Amino acid sequence: MAAITTDHKGHGDGHGDPNVSYLDVKKGIMSWLITLDHKRIGIMYLVSVMTFFVFAGVMALLVRLKLFTPGRTIMDPDTYNRVFTIHGVVMVFLFIIPAIPAALGNFVLPIMLGAKDVAFPRLNLLSYYIYVLGSCFAIFSLVNGAVDTGWTFYTPYSTTTNGAVVAMVMGAFIAGFSSILTGVNFIVTIHKLRAPGLTWSRLPLFLWGIYATSILQVLATPVLAITLLLLMLERVLDIGIFDPHKGGDPVLFQHFFWFYSHPAVYIMILPGMAIVNELIATFTHRKIMGYRAVFISSLALALFSFLVWAHHMFVSGQSEYANMVFSALTFLVAIPSGVKVFNWTGTLYKASIWVASPMLYALAFLFQFCIGGLTGLFLAMLATDVHLHDTYFVVAHFHYVMVGSTVFAFFGGVHFWWPKITGKLYPERTAKTIFWIIFVGYNTVFLPQFVLGSRGMPRRYYDYLPQYQTLHQISTVGSWILAFGGFWMIFMFIQSLRNGKKSPRNPWNSAGYEWGSPTPPPLENFVKQPVFTRGPYDYHLATDAEVAED
Amino acid sequence: MTEATAAAENEHEHAEGEEHHGDHPKWLQHHWDTPAQQFDAAKIGMWAFLGQELLFFSGLFVAYAIYRTWYGDAFAAGSHELSRPLGTINTCVLLFSSLTAALAVRSSQLGKKNETTVLILLTIACAFAFLCIKYMEYHVKFEHGLLPGSFFGTPRDILTFAPIPGATSEHAAALPPHTHAFFSLYFVMTGLHAIHVIIGIGVWIWILRRNLRGDFSRRYFTPVDVTALYWHLVDLVWIYLFPMLYLIDYVGPHKG
Repeated sequence: MAAITTDHKGHGDGHGDPNVSYLDVKKGIMSWLITLDHKRIGIMYLVSVMTFFVFAGVMALLVRLKLFTPGRTIMDPDTYNRVFTIHGVVMVFLFIIPAIPAALGNFVLPIMLGAKDVAFPRLNLLSYYIYVLGSCFAIFSLVNGAVDTGWTFYTPYSTTTNGAVVAMVMGAFIAGFSSILTGVNFIVTIHKLRAPGLTWSRLPLFLWGIYATSILQVLATPVLAITLLLLMLERVLDIGIFDPHKGGDPVLFQHFFWFYSHPAVYIMILPGMAIVNELIATFTHRKIMGYRAVFISSLALALFSFLVWAHHMFVSGQSEYANMVFSALTFLVAIPSGVKVFNWTGTLYKASIWVASPMLYALAFLFQFCIGGLTGLFLAMLATDVHLHDTYFVVAHFHYVMVGSTVFAFFGGVHFWWPKITGKLYPERTAKTIFWIIFVGYNTVFLPQFVLGSRGMPRRYYDYLPQYQTLHQISTVGSWILAFGGFWMIFMFIQSLRNGKKSPRNPWNSAGYEWGSPTPPPLENFVKQPVFTRGPYDYHLATDAEVAED
Repeated sequence: MTEATAAAENEHEHAEGEEHHGDHPKWLQHHWDTPAQQFDAAKIGMWAFLGQELLFFSGLFVAYAIYRTWYGDAFAAGSHELSRPLGTINTCVLLFSSLTAALAVRSSQLGKKNETTVLILLTIACAFAFLCIKYMEYHVKFEHGLLPGSFFGTPRDILTFAPIPGATSEHAAALPPHTHAFFSLYFVMTGLHAIHVIIGIGVWIWILRRNLRGDFSRRYFTPVDVTALYWHLVDLVWIYLFPMLYLIDYVGPHKG
C-alpha cells in the first residue's frame, strides 16, 4: 500500500470483493458493453482509439506512398485530398483527443485519487457511446464520398465542395460532446473524490495535466460545436453566415475554428506532458523538480491557449495589429513549456536513471518536444511565418508536437501502465528494440520535412517539383520504418495479452499512488480505503514495501 | 444555496449515523462516502456543464456583434418586424417558469411532495406556452418570407416548408439589404434556445415522474436542484436574446 490504511467501509451489497480483479468480476461481451467500471470503459476507449489510429495511420502511409514520386501514381488528386483529410480528421477527433484523457486517464485517474470510480459512472459510459455515435457518422461519411477539405473544414470551400461534409462535421460535433462530458466528469472527480490525505499539493502531476486538459475540454469544445453547427446549417439551410455572397464572412469561420482548435492542441499535448512527469519520477526515483512550477505551468498553458488562436491566420488578411498582438502572445507559450522542460531536465540531472522501455519514450519526448516547441517559435514570428506558412515546415512542426511528443508519451504511458491494466508483462528487450525502430522511423519521416518546408514545398500538394524528390523519398522510407515498428508493437502487446508473464504488483518499483492497489486492481480499486500520508514522488518517505515489486 | 447546503449537512449527519449500521441510503451511489459529497459533486458538475453551455452560445453572440455592427440598418429593420408584445409575454412566461422552478427546489427540500408536483407542472406548462407563442411568431415570419439566408423573400408554409403559391414577397423585398442576415441569426439563436427548452421539458417530465414515485425527500433532492440550475440558464440566455433581437432601435450616425 502507498500509505497507512483505514478499515474498509463495506457496503454489504456484493460490490468489490478485493481478491477478484476487475477483469474477472464478470465475463462475457455484455459485461463490457454496459459496464460502469471506469477501468473497463478506459479499455473500451483504448481499443477504439487504437483502431482509428491504425486506420488513420494507413491513410498517412498512402499519402507518403503517393509522394514517393511526383506526378500521378497510385491515386488521382481528388482521392489524395480525401485521403489526407481522412488522416487528419480521424487522427485529431477520434484518436488523439480521446487517447490519453479518455483511455488512459479513465483507467488511472480514480486509482491515483484513491477513489472507487469517477464521479459520474453512468455519464462516463454515455460519453463513450457518444464517441461511438460520432465515429459512426464519420464512418458513414467515409463510405459516402468522404471529405476533401482538410481537417480544418475551411469555408467557403467546405460549404461548396462535393462529398459527405455534413456527415463528417456531424461526427466531429458529436464526438466533441463526448469530450466535454468526460471533462466535466474528471473535473468533478478530482474535486470531490480525493482520498483522505490527498491534498492539492500532493496531487500527482498526471492529474494536474488531466485537470488542465479537462478545463480546456469544457470551455473550448462548445465553441467548436457551435462552429460546426453553423457550418452544417450553412450547407443544409444556406443561412449565409460564412458566405461572402450573402454578406457573411468566411474568415469568421477561421476565428471560430481556431478559438477551439488552438486550445485543442493543448488538449492533445497537456496529457502527454502529464504522463512524462510520472515516467521521469518513477524511473529516476526522484521528486519532480519544482512540482509547484510544473503544475502551475500546466494551468498557464491552458490559459494561454485561449489567447493565441489567430496565429493560425497571419496570412488570412486580418489586421496587422492583431497579427502583432497574437505573435507576442504566442511567444508567451514558450515560458510554461520551457519551465516544464527545464524542470524535467533538472530532475534527470545526476539521477540514477533506469532506462526501461517507458522511460525511453519519455526521453524521446524530451528530445522531440524541444524540436517541436522551438520550431513553433519560427512560426510565431510574423516575418518567418509568411515564408513558412502552409509549407511542410508547419506539417513537421505540428507532427513533432502531436506525434513526437503526444503519441510518444501515449506509447510510454501504455507501456508503463500495461501491467497495471492487464496484469501481464511484455518482453522488455523486444519493447526496447521496437522503441528504437519507431524513434528512427519517426525522425526519418519528419526531420526532412523541415528542410522541405523551408525550401518552399507547400503542404497538401499532390504534386511537386523534381528538386524536392530526394527529401520526399527519405520521408516516405521513414514512414515504412515507423509503420513496421508500430505494427510490431501492437503485435507484442497482443502476444503479451495471450501469454505474457504475470505482473507483480509494482513492476517499476514506483511510489506512485496507483501502484499501491493490487495489479490488476479489484472492482473498487483498493482493498482498503487508502489514506495518503506522502506525495506521489516522495521516494525518501516511501517504505521499502511500497516500492518493492510485490 | 445556503438552505440547500444546510440540508445537505443534515443529510451528512444522518448518513454517518446510518453507516454504523453498515449500509448506504438507496439513493447514495456506492462510490460516495457521504450524501454531502454526492450533492456537491452534482452541483459542480452542473455548473461546469453550464459553463460549456455559455460558450456554446458565445459563438452566436460574437457573430451577432459583428453582423449588427456591419449591417445596423438591416438589423434595426429586421428587429421591427418581430412582435414585441409576443416577445415580452414570452419573457414574462419564462421568468415566471424560473420562479416556479426555484420554488419547486424549495418545496422538495422541505419534503412537500405534492407542492413540488404542482410547481413542476407549472414550470412545464410555462415551457409549453413559451413554445406555442414561439410557434405563432415563426408562423408569421414564414408567411412573410422573413427567412434565413437564401430563403429570404419567399413565403413558405411552416410545416411543409413548401413555397406558398400566390403569396407575395413584397413585404420582405422592401426591407434593407442584408436583412436576411438578421433573420439567419434570429432563427439560429431562437431555434437553439427552443431546442434547449424542449430538452428542459423532457428533463422536467423525468423529474416529475421521479417525484411522483417518491424518490425525493428532505435528504435527497439533488436532481430537482440541478435541473432547476439548467432551467435558469435557459431563462438567462433568453433574457439576453430578447433585447438583442426584439428591442433594437437603431438610428444610424448619418441620420444625425
